[in-house]
Amino acid sequence: MIQVIAFYLFAALAILAGALTILSRNPVHSVLWLIVAFFNAAGLMVLCGAEFIAMLLVIVYVGAVAVLFLFVVMMLDIDFAELRAGFIRNFPLGMLLAVVLFVELFVGLIARGAGKLTLGKPDGSAAPLAHASNIEAIGTLLYTRYLFLFEAAGIILLVAMIGAIVLTHRQRSDVRGQNVSKQVARRPEEATRNVSPEVGKGVSL
Amino acid sequence: MTAFFGQWLTYDWAWALATICGILLIALPLMLGVAMIIYVDRKIWAAMALRKGPNVVGPFGLLQSFADGAKVFLQETIIPSAANKGLFLIAPIITFTVALLAWAVIPFNSGAILANINVGLLYVLAISSLGVYGTVIAGWSSNSKYPFFSAMRASAQMISYEVSIGFILICVVLWAGTFNMNGIVLAQKGHVFGLLNGFVFNPLLFPMWVMFLISGMAETQRAPFDLTEAESELVAGYQTEYSSMSFALYWLGEYANVLLMCALNATLFWGGYLPPLDWAPLYLIPGFIWLLLKIFFFFFIFSWVKATVPRYRYDQLMRLGWKVFLPISLLWVFLVSGYLMLTGHFA
Repeated sequence: MIQVIAFYLFAALAILAGALTILSRNPVHSVLWLIVAFFNAAGLMVLCGAEFIAMLLVIVYVGAVAVLFLFVVMMLDIDFAELRAGFIRNFPLGMLLAVVLFVELFVGLIARGAGKLTLGKPDGSAAPLAHASNIEAIGTLLYTRYLFLFEAAGIILLVAMIGAIVLTHRQRSDVRGQNVSKQVARRPEEATRNVSPEVGKGVSL
Repeated sequence: MTAFFGQWLTYDWAWALATICGILLIALPLMLGVAMIIYVDRKIWAAMALRKGPNVVGPFGLLQSFADGAKVFLQETIIPSAANKGLFLIAPIITFTVALLAWAVIPFNSGAILANINVGLLYVLAISSLGVYGTVIAGWSSNSKYPFFSAMRASAQMISYEVSIGFILICVVLWAGTFNMNGIVLAQKGHVFGLLNGFVFNPLLFPMWVMFLISGMAETQRAPFDLTEAESELVAGYQTEYSSMSFALYWLGEYANVLLMCALNATLFWGGYLPPLDWAPLYLIPGFIWLLLKIFFFFFIFSWVKATVPRYRYDQLMRLGWKVFLPISLLWVFLVSGYLMLTGHFA
């Protein structure tokens, strides 16, 4: 009973937040609605019994990706007129994508109705280790059967990261950076000196 | 508790009612604890500066926090005319709620845990990563310079330290073999020579605890990492435009977060509700007393640091997070997993 209430609550909020993500005028509001949508999706995953994926969704997307999104969008100089002009221009393309997605969904539903597709049952029978927790099951799969794919994904991410750094990094010689070890190694004797000037006389620097 | 309510209700509703009671049992004492810990913080701070601290309201000034609470409650909430009103009001609520949420998985005694889930530690990470939104939304919606700077600092700072906190926690999880908070506490029982309870007594994990404590200070934006509210540069940071109750929510949320960090230090490294020594007579003292003592001890460290250490510069903060803590914690993941493989811990 409570699961049903929670499901409809999360599902309704996820759809509402998703709709508001694209409908809000202000990009910052869009990002915030997107975060609400992520959060409700995580709630739905918990209801499916996929608590590990749900937590990862919150940690990675809400905790890191969306913060960076927000960080960038916050600093945008928002011009609403320009946004609306872009909307008219991109409207046909967007509609086309929406129609394609809708048709795909529809085909899937028809195929399921015709008995060609069967959905998996969440009774744990598909998991490699029966009665193991999410984390153990995923770890067992990732580090045995899919080890090479997993490592390849890691290497692709590493290459992408190095590429981004190479593209944006530039060595500037005209900027004086902080040399921390030099700052730490500095002693009072090198930086200060004790003087006792006579009254009325100045100190030469 | 579910069984108790189950006498009159079906299981679902008994469970819901029991959970709500559990939430109140944690949240209400926590609120009282926050009010008192603010008083304690001010007293410790005053003692270190050779002052007396709050001593007027009530005996020894004990009621100072409640007087402050009553004062802000009666004040007017001022909303700047250029602010984004909805977000401006939601931001402190987010900070406050998030500060309370993570307490759901802290074990107060064996069995005394609101949500004994097997991804407990990940839940803590997920919730603590939400904390940044309260600050960032406040900074943006205030539509004012200093809060905005503060929001940008906060988002960079909290992401930086979350990364190394993640690696530090991996070391703990590797040793405990579980993400369940109760399991992590139980794994620390007699951890060193069957004598000492706590991963911190393990020479390999001790440096991780030190780094976790420092990262915790950065994550809760406490001094010396309080760059988001650096009063010498940013007026009061993200809370510059806030007044009355919405300001008080930030205040309470900040201290609830600090207490949470202390509780995490205690639970993950110092044996949580277990006594420090695995010696039978010490188990006569109830577990939550040990946990409270440890939380108080860590809070004293937090206060002590706040009273004595000057604020970090921004580039020092970033350097410490990315160039010092991240490589060291990554190296430690290798060291710990290598040691555990070598000694056949996983066999």
